[in-house]
Amino acid sequence: MMLAHLIDIFLLVFLAVISVALLRIKDLLTAVMIFGIYSLTSASLFMVLAAADVAFTEAAVGAGISIILMLATLAITGREEKIVERKFKLLPLIIVSITGATLLYGIRDLPPFGVASNPAQVHVAPRYIEQSAVETDIPNIVTSVLASYRGFDTLGEVVVIFTAGIGVALLIGRRRRLLTAKEASRHE
Amino acid sequence: MSGLGIWNYVIFIFLMMAGLYMMISSSNLIKKIIGLNVFQTSVFFMYISFGYVEGGAGPVLTEGVTLYTNPLPHVLILTAIVVGVATTAVGLALTIRIKESFGSIEEDDLHKMDPSI
Repeated sequence: MMLAHLIDIFLLVFLAVISVALLRIKDLLTAVMIFGIYSLTSASLFMVLAAADVAFTEAAVGAGISIILMLATLAITGREEKIVERKFKLLPLIIVSITGATLLYGIRDLPPFGVASNPAQVHVAPRYIEQSAVETDIPNIVTSVLASYRGFDTLGEVVVIFTAGIGVALLIGRRRRLLTAKEASRHE
Repeated sequence: MSGLGIWNYVIFIFLMMAGLYMMISSSNLIKKIIGLNVFQTSVFFMYISFGYVEGGAGPVLTEGVTLYTNPLPHVLILTAIVVGVATTAVGLALTIRIKESFGSIEEDDLHKMDPSI
C-alpha cells in the first residue's frame, strides 16, 4: 500500500508542477499540449485511486476530445497570446489567496483519506455493492448504477450534451452558411 | 491514520486555486477555458479520493473480494467529465464567434472596442 501512496503523491506533485507551467506559458499551442499531459496524468491518478471507469473516460474524453476541440479552435483563432507589459495584477492573487486559505481551513474537518469506516463508505454504497449483482446481473457496479438505477439521470446527461451540440451548431454553423453565401455573391 | 490525507487535499486546493487564478488573471479566452478545466479536474480528484478505500478493489464484483472502493463518486464523476467537455465545446465555439466578430480573443482588446462588455 505504501507504493500506491508514493505513486499517488508523485502524480499529484507532478500535476501541481504542470499547473504552474500552464500559468506561465504564453504560447497557446504549448499550453494546450501541456493541458493534454495534465489530463493524461489525471487519468493515471484516477487509476491509482481504483477508479478504472473514470480513468478511461478522462483519457478518452478529457485528454482526447477536449484537446482536439482546443487545437481546432487554435487553428482558427491563432496560437499567440498577446504579450502585455503591465504591472503585476494584485487583485486576482488576493482573491485566490483568501479562497485557498478558507478551503485549507475547511479540509481540517474532512475524514482521513482511504479509511473504510468513513461516513461516505458506510451509508448508501454498501447497499449497491451487496445488491446490484442480484438485481441487475451486471458485475461492474459503476455500469449498473449509471445505466440501470440512475438511467434517467444518464438520459438527462444525454439531453445536456444534445443541448451543447445544438448550441455549438447554432454558434458555428451559421458562420459557415454566411461564408458560403459571401463566396457565392463574390462569384456572381 | 497517516498524514497522507491532508497532503492529498492540500494539493487539490493548490490545483483548484491555480485554475481559478488562470481564469481570473489571464486575458486570453482560451487560457481561461484551460483554467476552467484545471479547476474542474481538481473537484473530480476530491470526489474520487472521498470514495477511495485503502486496499479496496475497483468496483467490479469479483469472487472472493469483500472490500471495494465506493462506486457512487465514480458514477457522478463520469457524468461530470462528459458534461465538462460539453461546456468546453460551447465555450470554444463562443470564442470562435468572438474572434470572427471582433478580430481578437484578448479580453483587454475587447474592453477597448466595446466598454459595455
